[in-house]
Amino acid sequence: MSILVIAEHDNATLKGATLNTITAAAAIGGDIDVLVAGKGCGAAAEAAAKVAGVSKVIVADNDAYEYQLAENMGDLVAELGKGYTHILAAATTTGKDFLPRAAALLDVNMISEVIGVEAADTFVRPIYAGNAIATVKSSDAIKVLTVRATGFDAAAAEGGSASVESSDVVKNAGVSAFASEELAKSDRPELTAAKVVISGGRGMGNGDNFEILYKVADKIGAAVGASRAAVDAGFVPNDMQVGQTGKIVAPDLYVAVGISGAIQHLAGMKDSKVIVAINKDEEAPIFQVADYGLVADLFDAIPELESAL
Amino acid sequence: MKVLVAVKRVIDYNVKVRVKADNSDVDLTNVKMAMNPFCEIAVEEAVRLKEKGVATEVVVVSIGPKVAQEQIRTALALGADRGILIETEEKLEPLTVAKLLKGVVEKEQPQIVLMGKQTIDSDNNQTGQMLGALTSMPQGTFASEVAVDGDKVNVTREIDGGLRTVALSLPAIVTTDLRLNEPRYASLPNIMKAKRKPLDTMSPADLGVEVKSSLSLVKVTPPAERSAGIKVGSVSELVEKLKNEAKVL
Repeated sequence: MSILVIAEHDNATLKGATLNTITAAAAIGGDIDVLVAGKGCGAAAEAAAKVAGVSKVIVADNDAYEYQLAENMGDLVAELGKGYTHILAAATTTGKDFLPRAAALLDVNMISEVIGVEAADTFVRPIYAGNAIATVKSSDAIKVLTVRATGFDAAAAEGGSASVESSDVVKNAGVSAFASEELAKSDRPELTAAKVVISGGRGMGNGDNFEILYKVADKIGAAVGASRAAVDAGFVPNDMQVGQTGKIVAPDLYVAVGISGAIQHLAGMKDSKVIVAINKDEEAPIFQVADYGLVADLFDAIPELESAL
Repeated sequence: MKVLVAVKRVIDYNVKVRVKADNSDVDLTNVKMAMNPFCEIAVEEAVRLKEKGVATEVVVVSIGPKVAQEQIRTALALGADRGILIETEEKLEPLTVAKLLKGVVEKEQPQIVLMGKQTIDSDNNQTGQMLGALTSMPQGTFASEVAVDGDKVNVTREIDGGLRTVALSLPAIVTTDLRLNEPRYASLPNIMKAKRKPLDTMSPADLGVEVKSSLSLVKVTPPAERSAGIKVGSVSELVEKLKNEAKVL
């Protein structure tokens, strides 16, 4: 078996989700090569070479891959991936964007959001927003998968000594171009990587009230998320949304504040190790999944929590 | 320009799906079905492009059993002009769906193909991208804004950490995210009018596509249930439990 993992990176650093994807590759078994495609991505490639379990790092450093546009990445992965039995990428907005293109070009199906490996051809994935778990067997010559990071532990970032070679394959479809980007700037940890996540829901009332969550978060190094209701009400930006249609998180501690617990939201956080719910409605469904529930007005409880920490 | 919208008939999003007792699949017997919510957003966007004078015709296509005509009629009631049903009783995988849509794209020659980013049944999030690869069209996935500008379309995409805008040469594929728009409700006169709009039916064979499968469902199980824990009486008790019992603080 030979596995190609497509690295998630920003040219300078390797993103955490790559490490979880490498663990999924190790569960399949076989040689693991990592493709780092970008522009000026030498540092990310060096980081990938140090990850435990990686045999070889392939670097495709070209203008065409600077923004990892799906058209160019799909063509590149389809070409480099031909000799492998498995091609894996993290189920991030980047991986989900280009990997189906590569699969279609290879004339194989793709298996999305894999959370478990049963065998080299059999994988586990959630369907119906996590309300059912499917075990799927593939007869394709090349298995193409996206991996949900919360399903696998991160591989050790140090300890490996993979060889690094560069690829001169340049694919530039010329039909798409990067125009602009607005990334949320925050000193807090990234939602999907944080050990503690505090999320607010419709009960927060407005965007300004999220300030009390930020204060608690900064005290304990937590990330701040939100329910879809809070995002739809315009309290906070969309990239804070935790849920079926937002980010999937599985931190050590998840604190749901003023969140009723719609299925939509639960799908994004129910794999957290410990769940705390703070809500004044004691009938709120969130209490059915919470390890610790506190029935209280959040505007009393959160400031009290901040001073108690 | 012509806009093609692909829609899928799926379980209604308000229905909680149940797994069959023999773990062979989910049980969809007598379950309420509807248009996939992301597809509804795609239809709305296409209709808005027509209202703005950008699109001249909105063609809606669905692939599925005969009853999927209902979802095409819904799209026609929302403002699409004509429908195509590719009729099949088989459960299709995304690659086959993309191949069938490629056949429709070749026939219809749309400048923009709008579709949902994923369906809420299989949650694959693949078909638009696969169609892009098969037709060599560029793609703007997870769109929150679509702006046609001459022979290009600028698509703002919802990505991890924020928003990114890409400029795509037409023809292009756009897959919708939740915040692209809020779909309208069909009015009764429009529902009546939709009944008279043209709806063609064809088969996968008509498009020269062989329906084959490379994925088999081994089993489907319910997710591990989380049981409710305890209620604490105060913030101080909560902090104490988190520190000493759960050891997460």
